Amino acid sequence: MSASAQIVVKDVSHDYRPPVGRVVRALEDVSLSIREREFIALLGPSGCGKSTLLYLIGGFLRIENGRICVDGRAVTAPGPDRGVVFQHFALFPWKTVKGNVLYGLERGKLPRAERETRAQAFIDLVGLTGFEDSYPSQLSGGMKQRTAIARTLAFDPQILLMDEPFGALDAQTRSLMQTELLDIWQKTRKTVIFVTHDVQEAVYLAERVAVMTARPGRIKTIVDTAFDKNDPQIYRARTFVDKVDEIWGLVREEAIKAQGTHAR
Amino acid sequence: MRRTGLRYLPLLLLAIAWELLARLELISSSALPPLSHVVVAWVDLMRSGELVSNGYASIYRAMTGLGLSVLVGSLLGIFMAWWRPLNAFLSPLVEIFYPMPKSALIPVTVIWLGFGDGSKILLIFLGCMLPVTIGAFNGARSSEQALVWSARSMGASRLRMLWDVVLPSALPELLNGIRTALALSFILLVSSELIVARSGFGYLIGFLGADGAYEPMFAVVLTVAFLGFAADRAFQAFMNWMLRWRT
Repeated sequence: MSASAQIVVKDVSHDYRPPVGRVVRALEDVSLSIREREFIALLGPSGCGKSTLLYLIGGFLRIENGRICVDGRAVTAPGPDRGVVFQHFALFPWKTVKGNVLYGLERGKLPRAERETRAQAFIDLVGLTGFEDSYPSQLSGGMKQRTAIARTLAFDPQILLMDEPFGALDAQTRSLMQTELLDIWQKTRKTVIFVTHDVQEAVYLAERVAVMTARPGRIKTIVDTAFDKNDPQIYRARTFVDKVDEIWGLVREEAIKAQGTHAR
Repeated sequence: MRRTGLRYLPLLLLAIAWELLARLELISSSALPPLSHVVVAWVDLMRSGELVSNGYASIYRAMTGLGLSVLVGSLLGIFMAWWRPLNAFLSPLVEIFYPMPKSALIPVTVIWLGFGDGSKILLIFLGCMLPVTIGAFNGARSSEQALVWSARSMGASRLRMLWDVVLPSALPELLNGIRTALALSFILLVSSELIVARSGFGYLIGFLGADGAYEPMFAVVLTVAFLGFAADRAFQAFMNWMLRWRT
């Protein structure tokens, strides 16, 4: 596996320094290898540092201890090889749906007409045809996240970093978006790192789930969760339910620990 | 249209009250000439070209001073938000100069730049810059981390991001700052022209007043009041258009 690893995280520790108060160790000795075109979920109780790990891979935070390599190169800054989808969408509110989707393409080398076609293609892909000229403030949460996904897919990053992308959506929308994401992933075959605290979501979407410990975050264990993504009844399958229970058990221990440290 | 009409009804009532008070000589006509006489004087001032030439001088000063303050103030505010050392250096200066009444600088600017346009433009520039700077600074500081990261991950350089993310994020507060500055520019313009000038609305008001020509004097005062109101309205419309993405 390590031979074909696209993303390598090696012995990474990270301290969070709040503007006031004491330093908090967010991550400790995290090592993780991710294959090309793999869908991996980072799962853990809130505050376990899973988003921090994602932002370190994204190049947004300085790597102080350890090493992160993408395609053999050390990560030092953000780059268009790693597209990010944020929990709260991070759309430019002053740009329309189309303007947002075009933004990532404008830094690229495509001629104008092709950028337009490509933006439209991805707007259509996420089902927002007819909303090209709407501003984010005029859209529902689900539509905003679709726009954000279209924007990220449009500039064709090899890697998608998703930070609880469906966390702010209602249950029905979330379920629809999960199916759509799987569909898109199967069509475009990108590497996806998906941060979530929802066990069922992790098991359903990912091929592997990395369960993280309570703060300071470490990789507790990595569980194989490759199910048949095209089976609409997969939620009911015995093997699926057992897997969810198994991982639930692991996360629960950590959640309880996290509660304990908060209480102290 | 009808609602706008109703909205300004109190203004019409005030005009009628003014006319009545003056006509019934409840107030002496030198203190408050009848509105109708003021209107006639206004038409005369327009015909003679006096109002237009002085108005042109004033508007040129106000717009140049305000334009400079918007340019320098926005850049200063955004760079202060962007680069901490600049903020550390400038914010005490801003804190000291912000509450200072800028009209106190009228004699100073005259000593520096004389009686002409230069001293007015400098005064308006100095007076209007800080509200713009503060608006730009607060606005730029409020730009969301996720938006900045988002732009960075899509290949925007740090400088590019100032233009693409920080400036638009700053826009609501920046435009509010400019609106305050616009009102200030009228105040500073007229007060500086009243004290030392050879042209302009303020000069005309002072000149006519000293001459005892109260009817045309009131006509100029009303003109300035109306222009101030119209400029503010126009700017509000511009703001709403610029920020049309908000609702």
